[in-house]
Amino acid sequence: MSTTKKMTGIALVAALGVTTLSACGGGDAKDKSAGASDAPKPKTITLVSHDSFNVTDTVLKEFEQQSGYTVKVLKSGDAGAALNQEILTKGSPRGDVFFGVDNTLLSRALDNGIFTPYEAKGLAGVKPEFVLDKEHRVTPVDSGDICVNYDKAYFADKKLAPPQTLDDLIKPEYKNLLVTENAATSSPGLGFLLASVGKYGDEGWKDYWSKLKANGVEVVDGWEQAYNERFSGSAGGKKAKGDRPLVVSYASSPPVEVLYGEPQPAEAPTGVATGTCFRQTEFAGLLKGAKNEEGGKALLDFLISKKFQEDMPLQMFVNPVTKDAALPELFTKHGVVIEKPEAVAPEAIAKNRDQWVKAWTTLVVK
Amino acid sequence: MAVPLVFFGLFFAYPVAAIVGRGLKTDAGWQFGRIGEVLARPDIGDVLWFTTWQALASTALTLLIALPGAYVFARFEFPGKQVLRALVTVPFVLPTVVVGTAFLALVGRGGLLDEVWGIRLDTTVWAILLAHVFFNYAVVIRTVGGLWAQLDPRQEEAARVLGAGRFAAWRRVTLPALVPAVAAASLMVFLFTFSSFGVVQILGGPAYSTLEVEVYRQTAQLLDLPTAAVLTMVQFAAIGTILAVHAWTVRKRETALRLVDPGRTTHRPRGWAQRALLGGVLLTVALLIVAPLAVLVERSLDAPGGYGFGFYRALQDVGAGGGTFLVPPLEAIWNSLQYALAATAIALVVGGLAAAALTRRAGRFVRGFDALLMLPLGVSAVTVGFGFLITLDEPPLDLRTSWILVPLAQALVGVPFVVRTMLPVLRAVDARLREAAAVLGASPLRAWREVDLPMVRRALLIAAGFAFAVSLGEFGATVFIARPDHPTLPVAVARLLGRAGEMNYGQAMALSTILMLTCAVSLLLLERLRPDKTSGEF
Repeated sequence: MSTTKKMTGIALVAALGVTTLSACGGGDAKDKSAGASDAPKPKTITLVSHDSFNVTDTVLKEFEQQSGYTVKVLKSGDAGAALNQEILTKGSPRGDVFFGVDNTLLSRALDNGIFTPYEAKGLAGVKPEFVLDKEHRVTPVDSGDICVNYDKAYFADKKLAPPQTLDDLIKPEYKNLLVTENAATSSPGLGFLLASVGKYGDEGWKDYWSKLKANGVEVVDGWEQAYNERFSGSAGGKKAKGDRPLVVSYASSPPVEVLYGEPQPAEAPTGVATGTCFRQTEFAGLLKGAKNEEGGKALLDFLISKKFQEDMPLQMFVNPVTKDAALPELFTKHGVVIEKPEAVAPEAIAKNRDQWVKAWTTLVVK
Repeated sequence: MAVPLVFFGLFFAYPVAAIVGRGLKTDAGWQFGRIGEVLARPDIGDVLWFTTWQALASTALTLLIALPGAYVFARFEFPGKQVLRALVTVPFVLPTVVVGTAFLALVGRGGLLDEVWGIRLDTTVWAILLAHVFFNYAVVIRTVGGLWAQLDPRQEEAARVLGAGRFAAWRRVTLPALVPAVAAASLMVFLFTFSSFGVVQILGGPAYSTLEVEVYRQTAQLLDLPTAAVLTMVQFAAIGTILAVHAWTVRKRETALRLVDPGRTTHRPRGWAQRALLGGVLLTVALLIVAPLAVLVERSLDAPGGYGFGFYRALQDVGAGGGTFLVPPLEAIWNSLQYALAATAIALVVGGLAAAALTRRAGRFVRGFDALLMLPLGVSAVTVGFGFLITLDEPPLDLRTSWILVPLAQALVGVPFVVRTMLPVLRAVDARLREAAAVLGASPLRAWREVDLPMVRRALLIAAGFAFAVSLGEFGATVFIARPDHPTLPVAVARLLGRAGEMNYGQAMALSTILMLTCAVSLLLLERLRPDKTSGEF
């Protein structure tokens, strides 16, 4: 009796496995034939991006209604991994538009030729300093600054002025206070390294980092550990008894601390050292071999439309690149405008990035 | 045999070969010279050395700490045993970044050890080794304990009646019977720690790097495919060597055993020695596994304005904030469960067929296949994921944007567990029983059903538990494939942790706790499936 019952159970599991498999196979085949048969005008636009991409539902819905397309979003890992996947699938892309290549990786994307040039409608409204590719293979969508953040309470308690510049960070009064990320694996970590390259030049940055190391900079692997674990100013860091009042993060982190505080504090618990910043700009482009070129173009227009640009700050915590987009109150009240971020030309980054990172690793980590 | 071969070939061998080939073959032809070049680099040498010795040390430490546990779980009856067994498997499913955090709260600065004895283990190798024990404790408990519970204690008693001492009886009777399971467990722990990724990064800091970390960096960050290809081949070679050694040590020792129902072998601990052993094991589990998990739960409840379910309630209204960022937690749980169930079903079918084929046939080819099935455990998720991208891109197999890719990738890691857990038990079934059944007129299928199945049912459930847990917590491959409208729990946790702000952090902790509970409850249910304990028909 019990044996039969067990048998049934096993058979069920096996059958389940087989049906799941075949069901999926079937579903997939259907998808495909649907895509192939109505070839004249595909109704779906596929946007490939990294994990941080986000847009308010209603904003996207509005675009779908106006254009008549449905947008499918595909997120694949962090920014570096997502771009590399596009390079590997060059010519046979998974989607129509790729969003999320930044100025540290721009040359890699352009050299590999994964984009079809397209001058998006509304590009004239984009601030010219962001339009880095004159052939319009990529369209600038957002920009953000990687900066050192400080724990306001710590510096108030100690009656010490928080550091403001890269030079400040190597002063003795800020010894053992800074935590940063591994430049080899983390994008804020790389940004901070590039800030020092921008400021001190191709040779001088090494000297700066030796001093920073002597001044007790701590390096952890990723932003999550640095910010949520070691930094004393963040919610996670407080719980984890983090004891580093300085961390490499983003200029938008203080507004985010306000937005997700419970209840929302009147003033951000953290501040930004405005002289330590590296500016990151993110681009989108039409993928070569896209099944829906027309839709892809419409989506690119949408990404620099006022609607999307004004939605972005509170969804991805970055700044708009168009002149007419207004910043939300959260940003104007708790955020800072970085007047003079450090910059390194994309070509210089492309040429030297690996070698800089290698030298940095030898100098700081080992 | 055909099903596992096709599955393995299509979803593992072909994609991995393609990505390695892409790295080594340029327009100028094959670049085998690269192999020597990469291997000669001193930094690569350091990585190889560290990877190997930390894996060996982790495996040894895990066996040392977990084998007494395996005995206790196999032979003693004590209150809360099932819950505890489900709990020790929980680390398997939790995102490393979450567990790393919890672990640091114990061994890091300001942690328990620091406050009591002033000992800080973060950024030392000890933190890495202990975390590996934490993650792999269940492998030993379940693989070794599962078989141990089915060994007939009367054999050992018989040996003692015949004059053997307690230890001699154990060494002569029980130990040889356990060797295959212990070897299987060590092998899995070794492969897991050899390909350790998150633990090493978070607890060791950037100064430590394993081969797996290096492959990820070269592929996902630098797109240096040639170097990644060479490193993948090195990983293959290392795993191949280990598998060969393993096959060589185990081959002679797998013997037919007298298996009994586990319900008959357990008893309440008797005497001070057994009580002390039980106490010691419980204490270890409490400190090493329950404490880090408790830290997580504590943080998820530490809401603004006092302890409570504030963060859990906040999870409910994510819909209002809008966007593709989050889904309601119930939906994420459902997504995770669906993926994990599909992956478990695939792993059981593929792994079960493979294990059956491996028991029946012998010979070099079959043994080679046995080893091949273990390879996915030691190969980087990023290699497999990127391999999928460049191979599964044409009809009828353009699966790159299909949801089925998630369970398929997850099943790859589940299959070795199914094979490894079932093989010792299947091989232990006395072939004469099958022959007797055949002589009495049973068809091979019937013989399998009547003879093998009742005995392997338990192993099958253990295997299913593993496959399920692995799938539930899988992140590496999932993150490349998961569509934003169907994120799994680990993916949702990672998204929350990637943002500043108190509510995001708290919600990540709350979601992790939910993931933990989902896993524990599912495993408990799975164990409940185990049919009546008293069935004594064999």
